[in-house]
Amino acid sequence: MNALVDFYAKHSRLVDQIGVNAIMALSLSVSLRAGQLALAQAAFMGIAAYLSAILSLNAHWPLLASIALAMLVSALVAALLAYPVRRLRGVFLAIATIGFGEIVRVFANNFSITGGAEGLSGIPNDATTPVIYVGLALVAVALFALSRTKFALAVSLVREDEHAARSVGVDVGAIRTLSLALGGAIAGLGGALYAHSNFFLTPADFGFGRMEQILVACVIGGVTNAAGAVLGAGLITLLPEITRAVQAATGANVDFFRELVTGVVLLGVILFAPAGISGLWRKRA
Amino acid sequence: MAQTRVNAGLDVADVSVSYGGVAALRGVTMRIGPGSIVGLIGPNGAGKTTLINAVSGVVRPGTGTISLGPLRLDRLPQHLVARAGVARTYQNIRLFGGLSVADNVRAGAYRLRSPLSDEGVKELLARVAVHEFDVSRPAASLPYGEQRRIEIARALAGTPSVMLLDEPAAGMNPRESHELRSVIRGIAQRGTGVLLVEHDMSLVSAVCDHVVVLNFGETIASGTPAQVARDPAVVEAYLGTSA
Ligand SMILES: Nc1ncnc2c1ncn2[C@@H]1O[C@H](COP(=O)(O)OP(=O)(O)O)[C@@H](O)[C@H]1O
Ligand SMILES: [Mg+2]
Repeated sequence: MNALVDFYAKHSRLVDQIGVNAIMALSLSVSLRAGQLALAQAAFMGIAAYLSAILSLNAHWPLLASIALAMLVSALVAALLAYPVRRLRGVFLAIATIGFGEIVRVFANNFSITGGAEGLSGIPNDATTPVIYVGLALVAVALFALSRTKFALAVSLVREDEHAARSVGVDVGAIRTLSLALGGAIAGLGGALYAHSNFFLTPADFGFGRMEQILVACVIGGVTNAAGAVLGAGLITLLPEITRAVQAATGANVDFFRELVTGVVLLGVILFAPAGISGLWRKRA
Repeated sequence: MAQTRVNAGLDVADVSVSYGGVAALRGVTMRIGPGSIVGLIGPNGAGKTTLINAVSGVVRPGTGTISLGPLRLDRLPQHLVARAGVARTYQNIRLFGGLSVADNVRAGAYRLRSPLSDEGVKELLARVAVHEFDVSRPAASLPYGEQRRIEIARALAGTPSVMLLDEPAAGMNPRESHELRSVIRGIAQRGTGVLLVEHDMSLVSAVCDHVVVLNFGETIASGTPAQVARDPAVVEAYLGTSA
């Protein structure tokens, strides 16, 4: 227990990051479960982060209200995005949604309300560790509750075979839109919490690198369950820190090594545990 | 959501379908009353699957109407046709391969208000002559003949008014094919109209009240199994004695 308290005192920012990244991984897992390789989570996160930051800075909204509106707007944007990409699947959907992410980033870079490339600073740091983890727990509970509904059945049918899903009465378009919107809402939560646990935001925080991190967390952890997403987020957040600690202790220059380790872990998971780390664990159980 | 069960037959009236200018169905008319079993036969490429696709909303007919009682189906999207109570199977089985057998059967009840219980799943599997096995196995891991029957169980799970079976005996061994007779009769006995597309004439003769014969998208004969078997146009279509 003392060790935990000690760790938290030293690394509270890291603990917060893991929580936010886990929320982001869960948000991506929603569309992946529906078999949709939609990679716009970083963009939804960015939209929500900026919106909730602006609401706090300019309009002095309380934290919860700014989170709620940011989630709503992210969900709406995601639902709207579902329309133009309705006929795209697989890698084409991935490319289109990554493109959407770039558009969002370019806008953030060039608007004065988002502070352009400099970003925003002085955001109240009121998303404390308990707030972040309550948010994460709520998401996990909500997804668990959803997993026993007809919606979850429809999601898995769409993933398995869209045509056969229609043949039993599933409105595939609606399920895709709903799952994107749900993922958007969760990404909105992650984004708002991110904004309120960092002093500043820049457009670069929500670029392709962020999206890649979220996807890797999902793949490493295993996309089909919440524990996997959290595990993956934990690993992907801690790996660079561990290599950094090794660097500090040994004095060796392991900068390149840091990314190499992440790459090797990802490759290992894809080759030997395609269902992710949590998948390995379930297989044995 | 649509009514669980419209107690009326399916009417296909003067339906034509073409694929980019090539006519696959020309003016086909037929009726499948509640509880009746109608056979649909014809050489390969005659348009049998196209008819099932038209009825189930996968393709739009160019002309003609398709209705289930008072409800017009021919302009509805596929998922609403399914919700109206039209269930089907596929010539090339389309199960949810990665899902368990039980989830596949449950999927068929999607249009109903309440989900299927484990008991309900077992009962449906029994009705298609699949007995005692592990329903948590992935559907794709089962032998072909069993997959076919699970696909029928999935279609049955939604308590359909009409069931469209596309070559259900294909790939089944003679014993399974024989068992299929009572399975199909059982479906009709509960009031569901059945359209049976099948090459196995002994199966068609054994279960069908009425048979429609298609050739090049047109109805060339219809009547009882015995009547169509004697029909010269049918003999010619099958044997190609057009000289
Ligand atoms: N999706 C499609 N696109 C173009 N032509 C098709 C398509 N499906 C079927 N056809 C053509 O329509 C005709 C009828 O096919 P089909 O209904 O599958 O016949 P059957 O089931 O009686 O063997 C065939 O000539 C076939 O090549
Ligand atoms: Mg066919």
